[in-house]
Amino acid sequence: MALQEQALPLGGIAPDRTGKYRSDHLLVAEMIGRGARVLDVGCGDGELLQLLESRGIDGRGIELSREGVNRCVAKGLAVVQGDADTDLVNYPDDAFDYVILSQTLQATRKPKAVLENLLRIGRRAVVSFPNFGFWKMRLQLLVGGHMPRTENLPATWYDTPNIHFCTIKDFVQLCDEINVKMERAVALDLYGRPVPLNLPWWVWNMFGEQGVFLLSRGGAGK
Amino acid sequence: MTDVPSIQSPAIHSEDRAQEADHPASLVAQFGADQPLKLDCGVDLAPFQIAYQTYGQLNADRSNAILICHALTLDQHVANSHPLTGKAGWWEIMVGPGRPLDTDRYFIICSNVIGGCMGSTGPTSTNPATGKVWGLDFPIVTIPDMVRAQTMLLDRLGIETLFCVIGGSMGGMQVLQWTAAYPERVFSALPVACSTRHSAQNIAFHELGRQAVMADPDWRGGRYFDQDTHPHRGLGVARMAGHITYLSDAALHRKFGRRMQDRDLPTFSFDADFQVESYLRYQGSSFVERFDANSYLYLTRAMDYFDIAADHNGVLAQAFRGIKTRFCVVSFTSDWLFPTSESRALVHALNASSARVSFAEIETDRGHDAFLLDVPEFFDISRAFLQSAGKARGLDSKAFSSEVDTGSREENASKQKR
Repeated sequence: MALQEQALPLGGIAPDRTGKYRSDHLLVAEMIGRGARVLDVGCGDGELLQLLESRGIDGRGIELSREGVNRCVAKGLAVVQGDADTDLVNYPDDAFDYVILSQTLQATRKPKAVLENLLRIGRRAVVSFPNFGFWKMRLQLLVGGHMPRTENLPATWYDTPNIHFCTIKDFVQLCDEINVKMERAVALDLYGRPVPLNLPWWVWNMFGEQGVFLLSRGGAGK
Repeated sequence: MTDVPSIQSPAIHSEDRAQEADHPASLVAQFGADQPLKLDCGVDLAPFQIAYQTYGQLNADRSNAILICHALTLDQHVANSHPLTGKAGWWEIMVGPGRPLDTDRYFIICSNVIGGCMGSTGPTSTNPATGKVWGLDFPIVTIPDMVRAQTMLLDRLGIETLFCVIGGSMGGMQVLQWTAAYPERVFSALPVACSTRHSAQNIAFHELGRQAVMADPDWRGGRYFDQDTHPHRGLGVARMAGHITYLSDAALHRKFGRRMQDRDLPTFSFDADFQVESYLRYQGSSFVERFDANSYLYLTRAMDYFDIAADHNGVLAQAFRGIKTRFCVVSFTSDWLFPTSESRALVHALNASSARVSFAEIETDRGHDAFLLDVPEFFDISRAFLQSAGKARGLDSKAFSSEVDTGSREENASKQKR
């Protein structure tokens, strides 16, 4: 299985002593070096961008919601109002060192095209998304017979902005398909802790509440 | 049919306006024959003068200067009462102690544009070669000409780099021209409700306004001052048409609806039965008090000619290639004169140039004029953008501790009441 082969050990995640930042944001920040130029696609109210800027990273953002953008700009962040599905094409190749798609992939209309654009604009991409293969999800559908809802995804099926859910396994398959190289992969459990690496892949797909991936462009002749 | 009163003739005498054109109640920078302003039309304008106002103090290393670029029908009297009308400055809501353009922190400059009628050389000024008012003998000026004149003023003031250039509408065009032509002199830029080029629809509205002026028999082929007349009807109509484009359907409806003016029933005449008519006539009448008809022709023309991409092989991103300036682009949802799509095109070009750009579209029904009105979200964004730029610029770090939150806005409002 591709995931097992490609998942590399992750350096220690800096403990969030203040409790100020989300654990997945801290994990993303750990993956990015100081001084890098970063575009955060779907940056929400700029929480991750603020964390990155505090670590000497040159961050920019795109956000769909007007309220989110205005909150970001009011924080002094360089954020523009735009849509991941339609506006990424306007960015030139290699414009950024990293492009981040944090908890946004599942809300795009064309996740595959978005992913391809991320790795055109940025040399690397960091993608995190909720894992629909998480045991609680499976259980709700299997036993409850209804579309799953969790603490982190509380919306009902009819008002959720998330239209393209996938599992960690699905995502790995997509990366294979479009020749994207996985440099790091981490599954976080319900409490934001990394699922131990020595466990087999199906455990990740079962107990990972979300996946965080560091991606780069695959070699030419795959 | 009797003569229907529409645009009232100005109460302010034309001599006062003429006085203001040559000897304004402002600071004046004069440039002699050895320092001509090189205009795009090929003319070297010399001598010429620039009238300007300043607020706040320039700091020791001259790094806290903000240039405000004014819109078509405004002037340099940003935060002081107007010398002709006595009305409050047009951006007092934005400029002052504790306001987003904080005069306790920044040194604020605003100059009357070249071609204007409030003291910078324009068609109302006296042509030194003839001793008569320039009128239509004045050369055509462009937005780049206005900005070129501003660079000469800054040289005179000894300011190499501006901390920020800010402006709405025609002022926003000047901001963009500054960043395209003199990027190294602009640390941050705040173009509001503007575009990198004037659209066909906007040119059409301007042509309507110019034709209204020129159709007034009192215009006298542009030599009205020789005969002590002023085409106030034509200019008033131009203003009425322009004013409609500065508002929005929703704003007009909210403000006036179909309500009648001081009457319950229609008069079955062409009198101003509706409040909206009365309002427009008032706008037309008050405008001609302070503005010159020929200046209106020249400045609308300058906006029409504006097209940054055209000066860069048709590729807008070329204009901003490698730019270090920090941008904050702002548009308003109900602005149909400079719609958000125009700002978005600018943002795409800036992104393609890897510029550091923020872009906010602010929801309001108040149309293009929203940038002049009390729109708290716009104030918050401007304030925060300037504060973060100030940190990056190393402006007095203590002064830039985060005061972004709502508290400062309330303080602002209470200051305003005082």
